[in-house]
Amino acid sequence: MNWRALLHNRRAVAGALIFALFCLVALLAPVIVPYSPTDINFTPLLHPSAKHLLGTTVNGQDILSQLIWGARASLFVGLVCGALISLVQLVMGVFAGYVGGVFDTVAAAVTNVFLVLPSIPLLIILAAYLQGGGLLMLVGVITITGWAWGAKVLRSQAIALRERPFVQAARVTGESRWHIVFAHVVPNMLGIIVSNFFGAALFAVLAEAGLEFIGLGNINDITWGTMLYWASEGDAILLGAWVWLLVPGLCLALLGTSLGLLNFAVDEIANPRLRRD
Amino acid sequence: MPPLLEISELTIGYGWQLPPSVIAVRGVSLTVAAGEIVGIAGESGCGKTTLALAAAGLLDPPGRVLSGSVSYLGTDLTSLSASELRHLHLAEISMVFQASMNVLNPIMRIRDQFHDAMAAHGVRSSDEARRQAEETFDLVKIPRRFFDAYPHQLSGGMRQRAVIALAIVLRPKLLFLDEPTTALDVVVQRSILQSLDELRHQLGFGIVFITHDISLLVEIADRIAIMYAGAVVEEAPARALYEEPLHPYTTALMSCFPPLGGPRQRLEGIPGQPPDLRNLPKGCSFATRCPKVIAGTCDVVEPPTVRRGGARRVLCHLYSEQAADVG
Amino acid sequence: MVSTLGQSAETSAGPGPALEVRGLTKNYSVGRIGRQKVVRALSELDLSVEKGEVLALVGESGSGKTTFARTVAFLERPTRGEILVGGQALPRHPSTHRLREHRREVQMIFQDPYSSLDPLHSVRYSVTRPLRSFGLVPRSAEREAVEELLDQVGLVPAVNFLRRYPHELSGGQRQRVGIARALAAQPNLILADEPTSMLDVSIRLTIMNLLLDLQRNRSLSLVFITHDLGAANYMSDRIAIMYAGRVQEIGPASEVMSEPKHPYTQLLRRAAPSPENERQQETSFEAKGDPPDLTSLPPGCPFAPRCPFVQSRCQERLPELRQVAVAHRVRCVLYE
Repeated sequence: MNWRALLHNRRAVAGALIFALFCLVALLAPVIVPYSPTDINFTPLLHPSAKHLLGTTVNGQDILSQLIWGARASLFVGLVCGALISLVQLVMGVFAGYVGGVFDTVAAAVTNVFLVLPSIPLLIILAAYLQGGGLLMLVGVITITGWAWGAKVLRSQAIALRERPFVQAARVTGESRWHIVFAHVVPNMLGIIVSNFFGAALFAVLAEAGLEFIGLGNINDITWGTMLYWASEGDAILLGAWVWLLVPGLCLALLGTSLGLLNFAVDEIANPRLRRD
Repeated sequence: MPPLLEISELTIGYGWQLPPSVIAVRGVSLTVAAGEIVGIAGESGCGKTTLALAAAGLLDPPGRVLSGSVSYLGTDLTSLSASELRHLHLAEISMVFQASMNVLNPIMRIRDQFHDAMAAHGVRSSDEARRQAEETFDLVKIPRRFFDAYPHQLSGGMRQRAVIALAIVLRPKLLFLDEPTTALDVVVQRSILQSLDELRHQLGFGIVFITHDISLLVEIADRIAIMYAGAVVEEAPARALYEEPLHPYTTALMSCFPPLGGPRQRLEGIPGQPPDLRNLPKGCSFATRCPKVIAGTCDVVEPPTVRRGGARRVLCHLYSEQAADVG
Repeated sequence: MVSTLGQSAETSAGPGPALEVRGLTKNYSVGRIGRQKVVRALSELDLSVEKGEVLALVGESGSGKTTFARTVAFLERPTRGEILVGGQALPRHPSTHRLREHRREVQMIFQDPYSSLDPLHSVRYSVTRPLRSFGLVPRSAEREAVEELLDQVGLVPAVNFLRRYPHELSGGQRQRVGIARALAAQPNLILADEPTSMLDVSIRLTIMNLLLDLQRNRSLSLVFITHDLGAANYMSDRIAIMYAGRVQEIGPASEVMSEPKHPYTQLLRRAAPSPENERQQETSFEAKGDPPDLTSLPPGCPFAPRCPFVQSRCQERLPELRQVAVAHRVRCVLYE
């Protein structure tokens, strides 16, 4: 990875800054949050004011506090799912593609089955079935539905790399399979692997919010998705509390955008032909 | 009657800034007459492909003609607009690129690719196009039945012949071939070259044949120009070049091809590497690798173009008048 | 300082030729399920390479010469046949240990200098790995060993090249690194698959000379695979001509070049550019037909469709390799 190119790439810098901001907010949430996000003692449906910068919900909770706290959930789900999905893709895609044989045939078949299953309905069905499981349940469900496509991409890359002379030279000079996968195959695919990670994280953040919005998460958790659920349940628009409805969506969009920007940046760095600035 | 192609003191640079960072071709002059095969020999980076692209009117930015001219039948190509150049291509001037059997569109039948090309030059009737194309197929010795096939159904050699057929279907007068047979087997190469030779006798076009394989050129070309670091270092009739090479690079290059027979002797390649075109050394660009270098002259002063009788010229201090005085 | 890397491990080499293959066959399946075809890349190949010998394997693309290298290096498992290195047969399903022994003895140099080195690893890494994976040199002595290898392949001063990456090297330099990597394993046999065809003309000779010098100094056996007859003649003691997965002619280099017996060898000889000849205007070069389709080879001699001397019996059965002179054998009805 070319670190200097990363720093010069405006998209990367923008994405990284926004993402870093969210990480900071999430980490420092217990410290910077003005009130407890679950505290229902405030006057409901207040407009933004000095005491409540973003107003209050229909249940009397401070919206800003909820927003800050919600960052934790989205980042948690995004990063954990990103990591888990990448891990599954490494095994079912990269390793299977390189090793070939029976393992690959089985892995490819499994991948294809998961690809054929429609992800959104599957997400909804699984989440509904495992009702009330909260964030960990969501992580599980999203991981199960989100790995297949990237695995297919990684697999074909690994198969192509397997035929490259330097990989064959590594075999001829006595390297073990594991060594070849980690020292030769993965590093030469790093661009796609990292890009898949960001793609998966983005999918996870939005899928989590989506599932929570339709009430399939734990509605008592404080996340941006559940804020939207409650805002919709509480008829926020009808009651003129549009800040309540707007800000969680905005945060999701911003976080998603930062992940998307980082994704583009990785693509451009990995593939010099895409470079523009 | 102006010559078919006249390149005069052509200098070409690559780069987005001015002055460009790389000078790929330096002051090259070359003439091609109708019915003649002129060979350009050199290794990678010598500028031969850039020269051919410019001479065929196909040079795109960041490549730019900096000075000099290229004239086709008296018309300066650099003064023509893009659409005028397009009219010339295929109908008057044609080029076959290296490994161009991969240039055929894999999802179109060969006949459709011919139709497209010919329609762009005014041959609209598909019957007429077919007739002309099939005649051309006969000329390059491809069985007519392949006209309706897809490219992958032909072997590499056949595809290359198909590309050559496409290049000559409108009977251009000037044909550029850039390493047209390098990716092919030596047997296929030989028959394609033979077909080309027959064709130019029949149709009278001029051919510029670019390759690194100088032994091939000695067999098929009428005249050969040797390029090194962007300049023509020697030009001579093919046989004369082979029997009496003047420039030390020519001699060295010819000795790089182990002979097929005769006593087995150890040969040496050329030590060192070609110069960095962004940073050409003072004086002669070959001086650092030349076995006959004259210290104090070759590394200081650029060599002159010396003409020798019989349409030969060489860019070398060894043959200049001053050297004759000293030596 | 005497190099421990200078000698190939002759102690472990058994009696007999450095390499012997018997009945070596390699078939591939291509196409989808239901429409599969079998590509017969190598058919019943018998070949041997003596210790310290250079054998050139000449053929065009599709002749099987690269498949031969890949199969002997065990990058692919042979469909049938035996591979014996230093007299020891390699089992069809070797254990990890046995395969590693084989790899130590048989190394390969690849054709494309631009993709035979991992672009993400330094020269030092690429040359160190074989030393480490075969446990040839203690860790503390690795760097010195690598420097010595780089020295021997002409990358001097070696210390300057250790930290370089492939993209900082020219094609010739990369190929030298590839040679150093192959030598690091201290093999007895090197398979060089067209090591110079992607290099500039003036660099080819320097690499060929390097291979010859190294081969002589270390008494290595070298199989030099090429389509270039001139290079084959320059490099080798013996030349084997391959066509459609079989050896058609094999003999001392000078004989095969000066008096080619097999019609295909004669065709290759005539087709190769040779400026010594006057322009060949007299003989119209009749190379009818196309290279053979390995999925549907005709019965009998695979060269029959293109042979100027073809007879009816050529298509009935495949001729055997027969002796026509000392150490010179040809597979053709004309010599039966």
